[in-house]
Amino acid sequence: MTADEQMRDVVIGALTEVAPEIDPAVIDPDTDLAEQLDIDSMDFLNVVVAIHERTGIEIPERDYPKLSTLSDAVAYLQAARAHAGA
Amino acid sequence: MPSLGADMEAGTLLEWYVKPGDVVKRGDIVALVDTSKAEIEVEIFVDGVIDELLVPAGTRVPVGTALATVRSAAQEPVPVAPDAVHGRAPPPLAATVSTPPVAPEPLRALVSRAAPPPPARPIEQDHRLRVSPLARREAEQLGVDLATVNGSGPEGAITRADVEGAAAASAATAPPPGPKPQPGQPPPVGAPADRQVAMREAIGALMARSKREIPHYYLQLEIDLGQALEWLHEANLARAVNNRLLPSALLLSAVARAIGEMPEMNGFWLDGAFQPGGGVHLGVAVSLRGGGLIAPALHNADQKSLDEIMAGVRDLVQRARAGRLRASEMSDPTITVTNLGERGVDLVHGVIYPPQVALVGFGAIRDRPWAADGMLGVRPTVIATLAADHRASDGHAGGRFLTLIDRQLQKPEDS
Repeated sequence: MTADEQMRDVVIGALTEVAPEIDPAVIDPDTDLAEQLDIDSMDFLNVVVAIHERTGIEIPERDYPKLSTLSDAVAYLQAARAHAGA
Repeated sequence: MPSLGADMEAGTLLEWYVKPGDVVKRGDIVALVDTSKAEIEVEIFVDGVIDELLVPAGTRVPVGTALATVRSAAQEPVPVAPDAVHGRAPPPLAATVSTPPVAPEPLRALVSRAAPPPPARPIEQDHRLRVSPLARREAEQLGVDLATVNGSGPEGAITRADVEGAAAASAATAPPPGPKPQPGQPPPVGAPADRQVAMREAIGALMARSKREIPHYYLQLEIDLGQALEWLHEANLARAVNNRLLPSALLLSAVARAIGEMPEMNGFWLDGAFQPGGGVHLGVAVSLRGGGLIAPALHNADQKSLDEIMAGVRDLVQRARAGRLRASEMSDPTITVTNLGERGVDLVHGVIYPPQVALVGFGAIRDRPWAADGMLGVRPTVIATLAADHRASDGHAGGRFLTLIDRQLQKPEDS
């Protein structure tokens, strides 16, 4: 499993924790997650918390827009992990 | 069977969490009940020992039906319907539910003891299984026994995909699974399979009643949130993800504090008269994925700090969407707040939940032109609306209420 795939699993794991009925297979990686999965600000906060629990990465509030799609989120988290020297 | 909202007429007992002989304390969760809207955890309102379970799992019974008998120390067993009232001491054994128009008569009805329907199936197996409501419904439709399904979700939660996988696997090795035969008994949990339909009907009936009976009046006020949001972002910088605040917590907190000065907005219209709510229990409208909505109560919101409100709402939303609300949360909101701004609309003209007398709505927080001190600027604002019952209050009071909410939002550090 590549690092990208691992991170993708982390994000999908966080999403399905918040919204258990999400079918990961239908997530379009380049469409806005909030729109396609009907996620509101409360759900999104819970996703950020779940990602933090899984990876230790703290996502500051101002960076939330950088996680609007699955692809963007994976890229952002990879960069954050690299930056942390992990 | 407690009334879990003014729109509920019957419920299906899904699971018992206790058995005869178990010692229970007031507030313990003893059963899981399916209404047309959600699966609700039902608390018991007395201390004692479970004597007999009168309603087997899988049975649908009307509101007011006794569910179990409880023996209190050295007493004869008495039938009780686990009660939905929160924070009030009901007279011993006389369960009263806080929405009197549909108040059950819990002491009546030693239901169907003559010919109890046979238990649907052993439920011990899926006791406390983590299953999303959608997956549970799917399992019922496909005839999949949840106890045989391996959950792939968090903490082994069973997802819809797991159920479908299990159904496909068993179809490959067995005859097609039809609906499970339930001789001599209606289908076990008929409601969930049609929950979408049932929920629409329930919402429709309640809202029709609201529009038929309640002379609504509507007010709106645009509120500058510049200071509040600045304060919030500043506060969040210093906070770990887990403790961050959302603007909706500030809005709820403002309503909870403002309503202290507006008791005529907080309560119920019953039998031709206003009855003040016992405490400030904010109904928080939560939209459910796949349609429908539910407005469980955030209890004693006026006494909660902003952090407590935030934690409380997070917990409520999560449990509402996972289908794990408690009975007390369903029965007694004293005023409802809806935050439709999440869906991008500017404002909402709310429909009051009977028998409540007011509903506060918030639209989207957006940058808008804002005139102040003779200057035109751009500020993040929200349009707050009030729908209120003209029998209980007048526009003058409603206007004051919205103004008080505005005032609260101008001093976020006090919230």
